[in-house]
Amino acid sequence: MLIVKDLHKSFDGADGPVAVLRGVDLRLEAGQTMALTGDSGSGKSTLLHLIGGLDHADSGTITLDGTDITALDDAGRAALRRDRIGVVFQQFNLIPSLDVAANIAFQARLAGKHDRDWADRLATRLGLTDHLKKYPEQLSGGQQQRVAIGRTLAAKPSLVLADEPTGNLDEDSGARVLELMLALVEETGASLLTVTHSQSLAGHMQRQLHLRHGRIDG
Amino acid sequence: MIRAGLTALLSHWIRRPFQLVTLMLGLATATALWSGVQAINAEARASYDRAARALAGPDRDTLVARDGGAIDQAVFVTLRRAGWQVSPLIEGRVPSPSGPLRVIGIDGFTLPSGDLPVTDTSEPGDVNMAFLTPPGLLLVAPGTQERLSNADDLPPRQTAEGIPPGVAYADIGIAQTLLGREGQIDRLVVTGPPSLTAPPLDEVAPALARRSAGGGNDIARLTDSFHLNLTAFGLLSFAVGLFIVRGAIGLAFEQRRGVFRTLRALGMPARTLLALLTAELLVLALVAGLIGVALGYLVASLLLPDVAATLRGLYGASVDGTLSLRPAWWLSGLAIATLGTAAAAAGSLWKVAHLPLLAPAQPRAWARASDRAMRLQAVAAVALLILALVLGVTGGGLVVGFTLLGALLVGAALALPIVLHSVLGLFGRGATGPLSEWFWADTRQQLPGLSLALMALLLALAANIGVGTMVSSFRTTFTGWLDQRLASELYLTAESEAQAEDLRAWLATRADAVLPIRSSEAQLAGAPAEVFGVADHATYRDNWPLIEADAAVWDRVAAGEAVLVNEQLARREGLWPGATLDVPGWADAPVAGVYSDYGNPLGQAMVGLDRFDALFPEAPRLRFGLRTDRPEALRTALIDEFGLSGANVTDQASIKQFSLDVFERTFTVTAALNVLTLSVAALAILTSLLTLATMRQPQLAPVWALGLTRRRLARLELLRALLLAALTFVVAVPVGLVLAWVLLSVINVEAFGWRLPMELFPRDWVWLGVLSLLAAGLASLLPAIKLARTPPNELLKVFAHER
Ligand SMILES: Nc1ncnc2c1ncn2[C@@H]1O[C@H](COP(=O)(O)OP(=O)(O)OP(=O)(O)O)[C@@H](O)[C@H]1O
Ligand SMILES: [Mg+2]
Repeated sequence: MLIVKDLHKSFDGADGPVAVLRGVDLRLEAGQTMALTGDSGSGKSTLLHLIGGLDHADSGTITLDGTDITALDDAGRAALRRDRIGVVFQQFNLIPSLDVAANIAFQARLAGKHDRDWADRLATRLGLTDHLKKYPEQLSGGQQQRVAIGRTLAAKPSLVLADEPTGNLDEDSGARVLELMLALVEETGASLLTVTHSQSLAGHMQRQLHLRHGRIDG
Repeated sequence: MIRAGLTALLSHWIRRPFQLVTLMLGLATATALWSGVQAINAEARASYDRAARALAGPDRDTLVARDGGAIDQAVFVTLRRAGWQVSPLIEGRVPSPSGPLRVIGIDGFTLPSGDLPVTDTSEPGDVNMAFLTPPGLLLVAPGTQERLSNADDLPPRQTAEGIPPGVAYADIGIAQTLLGREGQIDRLVVTGPPSLTAPPLDEVAPALARRSAGGGNDIARLTDSFHLNLTAFGLLSFAVGLFIVRGAIGLAFEQRRGVFRTLRALGMPARTLLALLTAELLVLALVAGLIGVALGYLVASLLLPDVAATLRGLYGASVDGTLSLRPAWWLSGLAIATLGTAAAAAGSLWKVAHLPLLAPAQPRAWARASDRAMRLQAVAAVALLILALVLGVTGGGLVVGFTLLGALLVGAALALPIVLHSVLGLFGRGATGPLSEWFWADTRQQLPGLSLALMALLLALAANIGVGTMVSSFRTTFTGWLDQRLASELYLTAESEAQAEDLRAWLATRADAVLPIRSSEAQLAGAPAEVFGVADHATYRDNWPLIEADAAVWDRVAAGEAVLVNEQLARREGLWPGATLDVPGWADAPVAGVYSDYGNPLGQAMVGLDRFDALFPEAPRLRFGLRTDRPEALRTALIDEFGLSGANVTDQASIKQFSLDVFERTFTVTAALNVLTLSVAALAILTSLLTLATMRQPQLAPVWALGLTRRRLARLELLRALLLAALTFVVAVPVGLVLAWVLLSVINVEAFGWRLPMELFPRDWVWLGVLSLLAAGLASLLPAIKLARTPPNELLKVFAHER
């Protein structure tokens, strides 16, 4: 279960600090799926990065299954990313020097949770069995995103974060990839928080939140 | 158009000042190392010449009377008129309150000015006048000046450089008067070749014999070998620097592809573009060259005192430890900088000339060697290495030697990335954890971007090992050889045969053994050579450095049945034991052995003393080797008793000490150059890593996002640099050893006719290995620290869509 309370974050702008998040409150139950929408520049990615332990907040708390992420140091956040969180970004998710099979297994092996059968099953479900020996640069954008999803789910995280995972894909293939992700996330029982611009994609989620002026709207 | 184009092209450097600094630094250090070495060489050579000549010509031939007596001054006049370039010399002793003073009379008009002692006064004109007109002037060393302070009977004294203690130089007329030998001359120094019309010596002065230059300049000849190798080292350092320049130019051109294309699309002809770029490079090369020459001057002036100190000790002559700035040196420095830039930029310029107008820009393509390029490189590397092997086996000629050197080094450098690629692949297959798998795979992917820097490191390390092995081998072998060759404790040269007889009689009871050494010039195998007569004594049997010999070699030589030849002659003419040699008066003399004779350009043969007497009855009987337990006392006694100059009685210990000094100095110089080349290679690594740093982010960000701290990543980056340096070092050791072998067994044999046995010094390699790790560690420290401090949102930008 994810609980975010009164989260603040500002960046250094040209004329002093610019507040991006101004007291975000949010609650995501285990196994729940949630879409995060908002205008460009509203702070969606920033929020996701803070929850994922990729950056640190100015104030407020983020609690994941009882652990206060904001209190962790660099190493603690790295361990959290490795063991409990999976992130899928819009692009460049993959490690260029490793082939598809190694990319899928990477986080799971790093976290010591590698399950060969599960990884194989994921590859099959994601339609990647013919591409396991290829390198990221040899794949199409959609294939790359499917590998990223496979990599994330292979590690069986309790929380999956996705930042416009299909933003670089056309509508059709975007929808297919997202459906696959939703189905697989449900199988693992993880919670999912995904940022998207597409209202139709947001419609597939159990809950929807809108970010405006640095706060959750309504 | 041209102006706008130039602005567009040059603005690149303003936006990327670091790249400009890298380029300039690479070029400047390369030029500095090259011109520094050249300066040391030139200055040292000039010093040898000066020092050798200051003693009135041990390196010059002399004419002496066949009967060993004095020469009439009229003979000198006849010779000069006939076109012979000779200068008269008289030597003798005059009493002084503090013991006998050796006076050498010289003729300032016929002796080349370089041979004249240099007085330390500001008014040379006055000195000249005083020197020539009675009562004359004695030029002495400062110490002698003091000793003679109350010698009122002698002409006034003036101190000068390069004069041995206890010796005074005077005008020949003054000296003749002082010695009471008016109209007499002892020797005629040959100062140059006779004019074309000059009749041969036999006709003009049949009573005179020509005596070739003594062995006094052996050390100078020996050092020639060092200078050649120092030059090779300078060239290698320069090549190392060029790798940086090539990297920087390649990057700058690649990043300006867009600009080039725009300029071309706007209507600038390819030729104009090329001309602009060439002009830009020329200016950069000249500026960097100037900085480099200045730096080289600094390097040379820091190192030269070591060389100068050695020379001072060796020749007893004061040699300047300061550099003189020669215009030729500046020019050659600028020329080599320009040539180097041209070599480094040729590939990039060619690419610009063939730039397709419409092809899409391929950012970062330069860092990724395609499979095809890699294969091509492998083929080139193998071809070059095979060429080197073939040349090494077939051999022949100095040019071939240097070609072999070039093929070997370039081939090895080209092969390095391929070797590393395979080795890293091998390690990767053995890896078990996800992180180690990634580490090996990622290191492998870094190779193309780092290969130029690693090649530079390879060359630097190979040069280090090669030159280090050569110098150390030289020292070990040479000192060992000196021990053998200079087995007698003292070497004595009498001034006349009469004196030689006196000396022998006097020494009969005072030395353990007096070993006559006689020699004569002769034609051997159609070339000028020397024949030596040696006594049959345990000194030779126990010590003489024989490379190859028949059984009972010394018995046969002593019995006059066989000869020994030196290595130079043996190698040149294929005269190994079993062969025969025509010695004047002795056809088909059997060769019984070959001895090493480092530093001597002439062929040499050795025969038993009796045989020698029969062959060359006229050869002077002046030289002896003395065996004794108390060399110092005997030497002092000889000098006091017979008034001999120090140069006539040399003791083996001080010759050895001088040689060792030479090596110590050479070591200092080599060590300093080693550190400099390694620094240049470290600089290459640093600049490559910094250049790669921005491109590394897409490769590192995912790993970071998946649960590695930035510190951990930074540590891995450091480890990667150390690992690549270590692997490069492992490759460099065999390359360096082959380089050493080429220097010792090919280049040296071709240039000087003798081969140095190669000795291995593994302890030096360990030290070098540590140094290379240190260099790589230092070079990767800054990029690693930068990585550890990268703000997270910098890394996160990788994943965000273009805004
Ligand atoms: N590293 C940074 N430094 C300064 N400002 C930043 C930084 N990262 C984000 N911002 C600013 O913070 C605001 C929120 O950025 P964020 O990327 O979270 O928006 P977003 O909602 O994800 O937008 P988009 O839909 O375009 O992805 C923007 O105004 C952005 O300019
Ligand atoms: Mg965003």
